[in-house]
Parts: sequence; structure tokens; C-alpha cells
Amino acid sequence: MNANELTIAEARDALAKGELSAVDLTMACLTAIDAGTPLNAFVHATPEIALDQARAADARRGAEAGALNGIPLGIKDLFCTRGVASQAASNILRGFKPEYESTVTSKLFEAGAVMLGKLNMDEFAMGSSNETSCYGDAVNPWKVDDRRLTPGGSSGGSAAAVAADLCLAATGTDTGGSIRQPAAFTGIVGIKPTYGRVSRWGIVAFASSLDQAGPMTKSVRDAAILLGAMAGHDPKDSTSADIPVPDFEAALTGDIRGRKIGIPREYRMEGMPAEIEALWARGREMLADAGAEIVDISLPHTKYALPAYYVIAPAEASSNLARYDGVRYGHRARLGQGDGIVDMYEKTRAEGFGKEVQRRVMIGTYVLSAGFYDAYYNRARKVRALIKRDFDEAFAAGVDAILTPATPSSAFGLGEMADADPVAMYLNDVFTVTVNLAGLPGISVPVGLDAKGLPLGLQLIGRPWDEAGLLNHAHVLERAAGFVEKPRKWW
Amino acid sequence: MLDLTYEAPKPKVIAGAKHDWELVIGMEIHAQVSSNAKLFSGASTTFGAEPNSNVSFVDCAMPGMLPVINEFCVAQAVRTGLGLKAQINLFSAFDRKNYFYPDLPQGYQISQLYHPIVGEGEVLVEMAPGIARLVRIERIHLEQDAGKSIHDMDPNLSFVDFNRTGVALMEIVSRPDIRGPEEAAAYVAKLRQILRYLGTCDGNMQNGNLRADVNVSVCRPGQYEKYQETQDFSHLGTRCEIKNMNSMRFIQQAIDYEARRQIAILEDGGKVVQETRLYDPDKGETRSMRSKEEAHDYRYFPDPDLLPLEIEQGWVDEIAASMPELPDAKKARFMADYGVTDYDANVLTAELEAAAYFEEVARGRDGKQAANWVINELFGRLNKQGLTIADTPVKAGQLGGVLDLIASGEISGKMAKDLFEILWTEGGDPAEVAAARGMKQVTDTGAIETAVDEIIAANPAQVEKAKANPKLAGWFVGQVIKATGGKANPAAVNQIVAEKLGL
Repeated sequence: MNANELTIAEARDALAKGELSAVDLTMACLTAIDAGTPLNAFVHATPEIALDQARAADARRGAEAGALNGIPLGIKDLFCTRGVASQAASNILRGFKPEYESTVTSKLFEAGAVMLGKLNMDEFAMGSSNETSCYGDAVNPWKVDDRRLTPGGSSGGSAAAVAADLCLAATGTDTGGSIRQPAAFTGIVGIKPTYGRVSRWGIVAFASSLDQAGPMTKSVRDAAILLGAMAGHDPKDSTSADIPVPDFEAALTGDIRGRKIGIPREYRMEGMPAEIEALWARGREMLADAGAEIVDISLPHTKYALPAYYVIAPAEASSNLARYDGVRYGHRARLGQGDGIVDMYEKTRAEGFGKEVQRRVMIGTYVLSAGFYDAYYNRARKVRALIKRDFDEAFAAGVDAILTPATPSSAFGLGEMADADPVAMYLNDVFTVTVNLAGLPGISVPVGLDAKGLPLGLQLIGRPWDEAGLLNHAHVLERAAGFVEKPRKWW
Repeated sequence: MLDLTYEAPKPKVIAGAKHDWELVIGMEIHAQVSSNAKLFSGASTTFGAEPNSNVSFVDCAMPGMLPVINEFCVAQAVRTGLGLKAQINLFSAFDRKNYFYPDLPQGYQISQLYHPIVGEGEVLVEMAPGIARLVRIERIHLEQDAGKSIHDMDPNLSFVDFNRTGVALMEIVSRPDIRGPEEAAAYVAKLRQILRYLGTCDGNMQNGNLRADVNVSVCRPGQYEKYQETQDFSHLGTRCEIKNMNSMRFIQQAIDYEARRQIAILEDGGKVVQETRLYDPDKGETRSMRSKEEAHDYRYFPDPDLLPLEIEQGWVDEIAASMPELPDAKKARFMADYGVTDYDANVLTAELEAAAYFEEVARGRDGKQAANWVINELFGRLNKQGLTIADTPVKAGQLGGVLDLIASGEISGKMAKDLFEILWTEGGDPAEVAAARGMKQVTDTGAIETAVDEIIAANPAQVEKAKANPKLAGWFVGQVIKATGGKANPAAVNQIVAEKLGL
């Protein structure tokens, strides 16, 4: 077994025992990254930074060493990292190197983590297949025939890198499912924390009221460890919550006896593949076998979630992306004789933004415009409040966590959706967006393979701020599922 | 207490070619909040710094940067609201106003459209003693200022300076209660005075720290009263907004021009088009900037980066407890406590520092005399040299000392003026300077009697004339004062001259 194949917990123990050095561990990852080029997961490798950080980690002893001392991670390109290209996979930020470090990466570095480089993603985190990236598609390490498959999106590079053991774990961000869907497509664990648990400062904004960063890992335990290092109040983010961060790893007791697991009937969608239905049933059995009580619940406004999400997220995005205007940083179009400021904006943004980003900016601009604001944006906000109320009522009735499928299918082929209606792609988020709209924590856990041999995941949704309980439920599910399959290395 | 028996002023009436017309004016004042740091970033607000030196990553909208509200700016808005007797909203929220412009790095201004921090209030605008307009305030909200675009540095390029980007502004919105150009200027002056008293805006119009957007419409006499009864704007004319004015004089000129322009259109059978206009002070006219159809669609929506601003009544109460005395109350008190006239009270309370100066001089002394000295001697001298009260070489304690010497009869009014002049140029303690310079009026009747006897003896012809016409006794008084080198107490001389002449 190569060191890069370890989990965070395993590597941590090996490092502590002196069986492994952070430099060796980092070298193993860098070698895997070099070999993993066909996956197009790492788009800006930072080997010098990684080795410097690994050497520093090896020099730390005892109490000096944080929770992630010497652990090599991949960082989604959406995070601003000081002096390192941070482009949100967009041409409009080509060459942009921030002079500041995001709160999340700062916290990871304080905990001793090693940054291997920046990871591919959908442009501005808008997409479900990693096909909108300016760097080209990231590729799923899982492969069952000739087709190259999507690792999902938007955190596709993160998912591919973790699944292919190019790093021990990665950061992701999740606005409508961007951590959980790619985690499910690649057979790894991904958690979106409660909104406000992790600081958004220094993360390129997509939809501010929905964006949350979270870990993408090889195990639930690793997710607990990594989340513990990422989370915490940040006075620089007004929406960050000033509440204590519990020891998530210590919460993994494996005991969920007497816990109530809700099964929302509205998630049984028409035309849902039988395999997904069966997987969901198996998940229920696993949790029941562990002593949990399974109850049917109703989240009646679920069907309005996707349309509401595709009003609110583009609305916020249209405003958040207005700053990319060519005036101060990033791409500026070459101008012709006599071109004025409006020409500069139009040409710069037409050249700098890809089609999906342009589509969402236009949708967002439309739904906020005078005369349509009430019909779309305000209506969507009301729907959002109703969706949140659905969850509040379920939790108030004593439900501890909710079990749903993570995705409506396993990974699909890259390019297969190219000619499809964009809405068909948006349907990937159908099980995940409700969680963002309600601000809840949600985790995707790999549970099995479909008939084709591709991974499938289930989603657990927790009470607000109860990531500890949620991770424990996920830990039980993970153990019961015993999912140990790895992609066969073809790259 | 404040005397509220004010009468409303007559609205300005402009005679058109066909009818009389009245003006209806509402104003939006943008007042820069006095604060060392910006509204949502820690960057400095110092005026006149090197371009782009007071700019944080938040101000220039770098990717991933987030705003954090500056509590002091919120306190300043609350203080302003309290100063305008306004409703303080414990719940308010920030919205984004979206538009593209190079000096607006975020591509949106953070403002408060839906839930402003301050609700309805009022400002009493005095036009003459006993005559004042009560202007209703609709709301005050906090918002970010924009940066500055510079187009004249290069023939092909434009530049931007983000120093002012993100500086806190209060937008103070009035109801259309202002009825003429003079009232508009007086309203701005009064608001400026209150803000300066509160210390929430320095009121510096030249630097653009106080700017006004003026909405002007005209209507036939009687229509405004219908609007007042119903609050239905359809009784009023179509308005035009004149943007961004930072001079009282230009505000008046622009309103006058704009009203006459609208009247000419209406009397010609035309319609006033609702639009935004700019005033050109060189040509003395307003011109169209953009029509209603060209108006931006700002796509306002709640800023998801900021939680609603929730403040506690206890905190508002603390601010209320630390409020300074405001101009109206101070003026009323000056009139009541010091017996100064309405006019003098206005002059003395115009600036907080001057009012404090006056009060220090007047306390325990003759208030009217103090007012005369402060207004005529001190202000006159300051104006002559272009100084402000802060720069005065004669401090309140010194002027008080001068008045004490007059009151005790030790020096005459004439001597006091000389003494003031010496204090102005050389400084010193008034009593010591007077003593050192031998400034002491003679009240010793013996000395005065001797002097009177000598003058009477030397001027028999004048004595006869004075006996025939007692008004001529003044001549003797003058001679005596002259003979004593100005030191004789005029009251004593008067009395002795009258006795000696047998008048």
C-alpha cells in the first residue's frame, strides 16, 4: 500500500508513531498527482509549498503538531490561497493570485496541513459535472467501459483526487449539492456543514446565502477530523455563527440506538431508478439494524425546492459576479478604437465567463429585475421559508436525521449531457438543494455499487449545528455498508 | 422649553405668463458619517490621502471578500435619528443596489431600501422670528459611498480612486414639505447644523461630505393643500430630480431655474417629463441626465452577506442619554436664561463652539452685554481675519474678565474695547493688562469735581449756553473725560456736571 492511499486517521497515527514522515507522505501524493494527469483533477500543483509545509510538519513535535500535522490535502480552486492561482476555474480570473489566504485554508495550515495544489471544479461552482471548467473536464477515476465519466460537480476535481488517492482528502464547497453529489459519484464521503459553521471569507462567492465549504474524504472519521479543523466562528464573515465547535471525531461512538431516522416520502420521485430505490431501502435496514427507529415523514414543499433554488442561486450569483468587470484584476478584453466602458464590460464578461455562468447571470438578472422580482425572487424566498419549516417540523417531531438518496443516478458519461436541456443537468441536485435552502448539514456516504459497478451514495440530513450527531449516523451507515471498493486504476 | 408657536411661512409663488405657480420640493441629503473607519471595512476615511491608499481588499471587491458592519457608524445613524426626533428601527437590513460603474468595485452599493435604520422624524426650519417650516423626515438609511472616477489625467485612459469607496453615508430623505428655494437652503443649513451639533457629519459641503439631491415640481395654488389632506401625490406636478449639489447657493439657483423651466413647459401646453437632471452652475441651468425610461433597474435584493441589523432598545437609550443639547433647545434656553434676542440667539447657536464660547462668557454675567460683545467684537474681529471660533486668540475666560472690569466700573466701555484689542494681539490676563496699562476709570468724585470746576472756570460762555439749553451739558462731560485721559467714569461726570451747572 502506498502512503497516498491512507486515510487521514491512518496517516496521522503512522506519522505520530514515526512510521512515516510528512515529506514521504507528501512525495507519495505528488507522485500520484503526476501519474494522475489524465484525471485533470489538480489544475495548479504546488509541490514547493507542499514540501516546505511537510518539512515544517516533520519538525513539529508534541503539542506543536495540530490535528492535521503533515496531512497532504487538495484545495478546491474556489478558495483564495495567497500567492497561488485562485481562479474559480474561470477565464475571467486567469492569472489571479490573491494577496490573502481564505479563513478555511488558514485554519488548515494552522492545524499543520500540507497543500498539494488547487483542484478542478465547475466554473464559479456552477455545474454538476465539472464540464464548465476553464481547465477542461475533470475525469472520474471510476470507469466501467470505454466512456470517461464525470466525477460530478462542482467539486469534481476534489472528488476525483480523493477517490484516486492523489491526496488524503480535499476541501469542497456546496451551494446546491456540489460536495455531496461528486462524493456520491466517486465513492467517497462529503459533508456540507450547517450554514454558518465554516467561514466563507476568502472563498469566491457563488450564492452567498447557500455556499458552505466542507470536507471530501475517504471516510466518515476523516470528515470529522477535517471538519473540526475547518469550522469555527470568523468575525470576518457576518454569517459565521459564534458557537463552539465540538470534537466531531469523539462523537463517532457508533451507537445510534433509539435514534429516529426520518424517511421523507416526497423524495420517492417518479421515474427514480429501481437501483436507487433499492439502495435507499438497504440504508434504512442498516440503520434499523443498528437500533435506530425508522419513521416515515413528510416534507411537503420538496417539489418546489429545485425551482426556488434556481431562482435564488442565480439571483445572488448575478450580483456576486458583477465585480468581475475587467477594471481591477483578472481578464480584460482587448478593446477596439472608440470602445467605451460599456464595451469593455461586455467584451470582458463575454470572453471571461463560460456559457453556464452567462446563463445563470442572465437568469439572476432577470428574476431580480423590476416587475419580475415579486413573481420570482420573493416567491422563491417564501418557498425557501416553507422548505425550512418542513424540516423544522420534522425535527420538532423528534426526528434526529433524515435519510435520502444522494443522487438520482450514478455517474454519467462526460459530454452525454452536452445537448440536453440545462434543466436535465439541474435535476442532479434534486435531493441535495433542499438542504442548502434550509441551511442544514448534509452528508453523502458511499453505500454500494450499481449494476454497472459504479458507486452510489446515500444522504443523511441532520439538525442544524448537529454535525456531531450526523457524522455518527453516517459512521454507522458506513460501517454497515462496508463499502471498500476502489476504482480500478486505468490512468 | 421650546416655544412652538411658529407660523408656517408663505410658499414661494412664481407668476407665470398665465397663472401663479407654487413650488413643491423634497430633498435627499447624503451626509458622510463622521467615523475613522468605513461602513463595512476597517479602512481609514481620511480625506485627501494619496489615491488608493485607504483601500482594503473588501473596498476594492477582491474575490471572496465579505463586509462586516462598523458598529460606530450604526451608532452615528441612531444618534442622527434621535437628533431628528425620529423613529429608531431596532430591526433594519441591508440591500444591494446593483449597477455597473468603474468606481463601484462590487458592482453594487450596499444600502437599505426595504428596512432603513431610521424612520419618520422632523426638522424645524426657521425662516424669520416666529416663522418656521416643519419639514417631515421620511427615513434615514445607511449606505456605502462610491469611489471617484478621474477622466482628465490622460487623453485615452480613465482612472479610479477607491479611497472614498465604502465610506459610510446617511441618506436623509425628506417629505415634499419644502416650498421654495430659500426654504430649501434653510433646510440644508438647519440639517447641517444639527448634524454638526451631534458630531455625526462634519457638514463639509466643499469636500462633498454633505450633498443634496433635490426633487422639484410645480403646482397651481391650492393643489398642495389637497395633497396634504390626502397624501395623494397625484395632486402635485411631475417632479424632476436635480442630482448631487454641494452648495447652498447652487441649490437655490437650481430650484429657481428648474421651477421656471417646468412652468414654461406647462404654460406652453406641454408635459413635464420625470427625469434626473444636473445643474450647471456656469450656465445657471439644469439639463437632462437620464429620463425615467433610461433609469437604471437597480435590482435591489437583501444582501446575503449580511445578517439583518438588530439593535437593542437599551443601546439606543444609552445613546439617547448621551445626546448633546440641540440647536432649537439651546436657542430657546439662551433667550430664556440670558435674555438675548431671537436674532442674537440664532447667531450665537449657529455653531456649537461659538455657543459654548458665548455661554462661558455669559454665565453669571449680563447676558445681553455678553451677546453684544461676542457677536459684535469677537465675531466681527474673527470674520475680519477669516478665523473660526476655534482659532480665537481671546479666550472666553479673557472676554469674561473684560466684562467683569466693565461691570465693576473699573474700566469704561471705550477702555474695554482697547483692552480687547490688546488681549487679541498680545494676550494676557485682562485685570493685569488693565492695571499695567493704567486703564482705570476715575470714580473718585473729588478728582472729578476738581476737573469740572476747572473746565467751568475756563469756559464761562459755554456755561451760559448750557444753562439755557441743558442738552449742551454733554460738551462739559466730554471735556472732563478728555482732561482725565478718558479715565473718568462717565456716569459720575454726568452727575457732577449737572450739579455744578445747576441743571
